[in-house]
Amino acid sequence: MGRPNAGRDGRSDEVLEGEQEMSQKITSYPGHEITSDELKEGKYLDVYYKFVPRYSWAAGVAISRFLDELKNGRIVARKCNRCERILVPPRMYCEQCYRPTDEWVQIKDTGTVNTFSISHVGTDARRLKTPILVAVVDIDGASPGMGILHNLGEVEPSKIWIGMKVQAVWKQPSDRQGAITDIRYFKPVVP
Amino acid sequence: MRRRVAVVGAGITLFRRRMLETPKELSFEASKMALDSAGLTLKDIQSVVSGSAPDAFDGVHMKGEYYLDGMGAIGKPHERVYVGGGTGVFTPIGGWWNVASGMYDTCLCVAEEKMSPLHPHPQYAFWSIFDQILERPLGTTLLWIFSLEMRRYMHKYGIKEEEIAEVAVKNKGNAIDHPSAQLGARITVSDVMNSEPICSPVKRLDVSPPSDGAAAVVLVSENVAKKLTDEPVWLDGVGWTLDTMHWTNRDLAYPEYVEKAAKMAYRMAGIKNPRKEIDVAEPYDPFDYKELHHLEGLQLAGKGEAPKMTVDGVTQRDGDLPVCPSGGLLGVGNPIAAAGMMKICELFWQLRGEAGKRQVKKDARTGVAQAWGDLMQVGTVAVMRS
Repeated sequence: MGRPNAGRDGRSDEVLEGEQEMSQKITSYPGHEITSDELKEGKYLDVYYKFVPRYSWAAGVAISRFLDELKNGRIVARKCNRCERILVPPRMYCEQCYRPTDEWVQIKDTGTVNTFSISHVGTDARRLKTPILVAVVDIDGASPGMGILHNLGEVEPSKIWIGMKVQAVWKQPSDRQGAITDIRYFKPVVP
Repeated sequence: MRRRVAVVGAGITLFRRRMLETPKELSFEASKMALDSAGLTLKDIQSVVSGSAPDAFDGVHMKGEYYLDGMGAIGKPHERVYVGGGTGVFTPIGGWWNVASGMYDTCLCVAEEKMSPLHPHPQYAFWSIFDQILERPLGTTLLWIFSLEMRRYMHKYGIKEEEIAEVAVKNKGNAIDHPSAQLGARITVSDVMNSEPICSPVKRLDVSPPSDGAAAVVLVSENVAKKLTDEPVWLDGVGWTLDTMHWTNRDLAYPEYVEKAAKMAYRMAGIKNPRKEIDVAEPYDPFDYKELHHLEGLQLAGKGEAPKMTVDGVTQRDGDLPVCPSGGLLGVGNPIAAAGMMKICELFWQLRGEAGKRQVKKDARTGVAQAWGDLMQVGTVAVMRS
């Protein structure tokens, strides 16, 4: 097996002296597993601690404006006049041209499903009773392939397809908070 | 001028869902095994490079400082490198800088991960890798990006879930022969297809497990290598690149960042035709489709062609291009940083013909290992030769 001259045979005697060989020559690998049962039985000591940090993130120059416009029921992007890309999520600089972007552009609240998934688990990997429908939606009016992550709704999981046209379903204006969740989800555009 | 760098020793612990050992203890065990196998002691080591993924798993801030003792790094130049899931292959790349630059002749590279401390599930830590303003409020889990990417990949090239499942069957089967393995098993494509849907199209058996474990290698300069062994394995090419965090603006069907990293490593190693010149590959396989994705990024398969190669048996241990002969993350386990380093260890053993039951059939002289991670944006690549 393997290269005939490899391994022990091809090595000098002085190195072999007292040396522990690796892989096939190692017969035991270090470490002790704790099984689920042992954990439940409390066979091993451990220390439990719950860490509850709180953060407040500034949304930044570009995204603050983006969120503010969501409150108004609009999706906005930034345009770079050099590469002519219309960027969403918007950024104040074009990462490709490495220069400031030039202007705000209102884009549509419709788009195309680029890819999607039916998630049966939540953030902490626990099973959900009702699956979450999740998609990357390429937004109309932005450059091709400019998608955002969001949820899908008002659609049977089995009826979702890549290329499906969708439109934003907004919260009532009074319920909007300037958050990505001001869009409740995207639903299929009924032709 | 750049110096040639050799791997002269490798070590690894068991990979398990939950280990008794602390990160320091796991690091010590893997490091000691690597040093012993190189015929060196800690006194011979001039610098240490360590790798470990997010601190959030352990709940230990300054983890690089915390586990220092176990890694033999007290009083030595030590750096902790980090690129999420790509860290395991980035760690020996960090070691390569130390030795290739002429700064040091010997460098111990150790990757350690304990995912088990976080409750109720290690997955929870991944929530915080998403954008905190635009994505986390949607209830994200890391599985989303995998399932979205897998679906896009399948859609673009007309790939079936059954073809992708072949990777899980192969890797879990290969892992039966790996002494450290957590999930070695003989399974079938229908087992994968019938396993619980988690985040469709991703099913339970498409996914690698959370794990605890550590792995290490010793890197030395050419002069030192020649004194130690007639059979050094050379670390002849390294490459790494990152793409933007704006992952929803990218082509999810193809990992361009892996291509760039691979081309960088191949150029350095003088490899012109990777498919002909690479004898064995250890691409990153946290999910079965990722092995295929990465084979394409590594230029070892055409775009959308890796599934057929797998179905045809080309990537089996006795195939023309053995892929993940170790059993990969799907079979051996996925203690994030340690899993990437496990691939470096595997190439070391494969290229020396010492992999025992796992030894690939062909005469393997050149191998490539790759890891991937962050918000699906990094490729780290290492080319090794005997």
